[in-house]
Amino acid sequence: MAKIVVDVMLKPEILDPQGKAVAAALPRLGFSFAKDVRQGKRFEIEVDGDPTPAQLAEVEKAAEKLLSNPVIENFTVRVEK
Amino acid sequence: MKIGVVTFPGTLDDRDAARAVRHAGGEAISLWHNDADLKGVDAVILPGGFSYGDYLRCGAISRFSPVMEPIIDAAKGGMPLLGICNGFQVLAEAHLIPGALTRNHELHFLCRDQKLTIENTNTAWTSSFAQGQEILIPLKNGEGAYMCDDQTLAELESEGRIIARYVGENPNGSRNLIAGITNERGNVVGLMPHPEHAIDSLTGPSADGLGFFTSVLKAMVG
Repeated sequence: MAKIVVDVMLKPEILDPQGKAVAAALPRLGFSFAKDVRQGKRFEIEVDGDPTPAQLAEVEKAAEKLLSNPVIENFTVRVEK
Repeated sequence: MKIGVVTFPGTLDDRDAARAVRHAGGEAISLWHNDADLKGVDAVILPGGFSYGDYLRCGAISRFSPVMEPIIDAAKGGMPLLGICNGFQVLAEAHLIPGALTRNHELHFLCRDQKLTIENTNTAWTSSFAQGQEILIPLKNGEGAYMCDDQTLAELESEGRIIARYVGENPNGSRNLIAGITNERGNVVGLMPHPEHAIDSLTGPSADGLGFFTSVLKAMVG
């Protein structure tokens, strides 16, 4: 079943201490690939059947009002099969 | 003078806030998060804690509690409203004050006595202090870093809306050492450290915090 996925990330200009801590832990474990790490949130929303455009518009509204804080965060809404 | 103290699920500091109100000479009225009734109070305090477990973002869910609707309306009409710590986060989530509180820059939960300077004595909650007065009250938070965009910061600075600043090293990464701010009207104040834990020298590091509570009683008497 398809689900609606909302990804919420801190805006690029907002300091992300959790991402920094992860970035610092990686090389300690021998992983040397990371130049930078940012940590965010992912919401998986199930609806009956395939999401309709009206439902996606509602999710956009909910993402702006509740799932993210527009002062410090950006979000994206997409459908995942 | 009746001052409401809101209890959300997960609120910790409502008892100390009510005690501080009584100590200052006011009557403390308990308000329940799920009850959209302000019980005729003249001012409201949103105390510290971990309302709704800090799920989603600190204050994000409390902000939509039934009690918040009349509080937001009354605050827009000029009712004095103080948000301490988690209450500050609720005020920011409710957009009653600009900006947001984010995780401390060094990730540690801080719990210590903290020196502040009072920088605006014209708000409903700070008129008992002297301009530039240094006070010592507890600071205890995990997400106390005040963030806002450059334009908002410039406005806060130029309009004198930063009511208190941390003294010395920046404890949590707040922009411009901001410990507390007010709205344009000066009736809504958000403060990260805890004045309600410093109202007498027996139980706190000082009695410096009492000034926030005596200020609002004075403001209401006019």
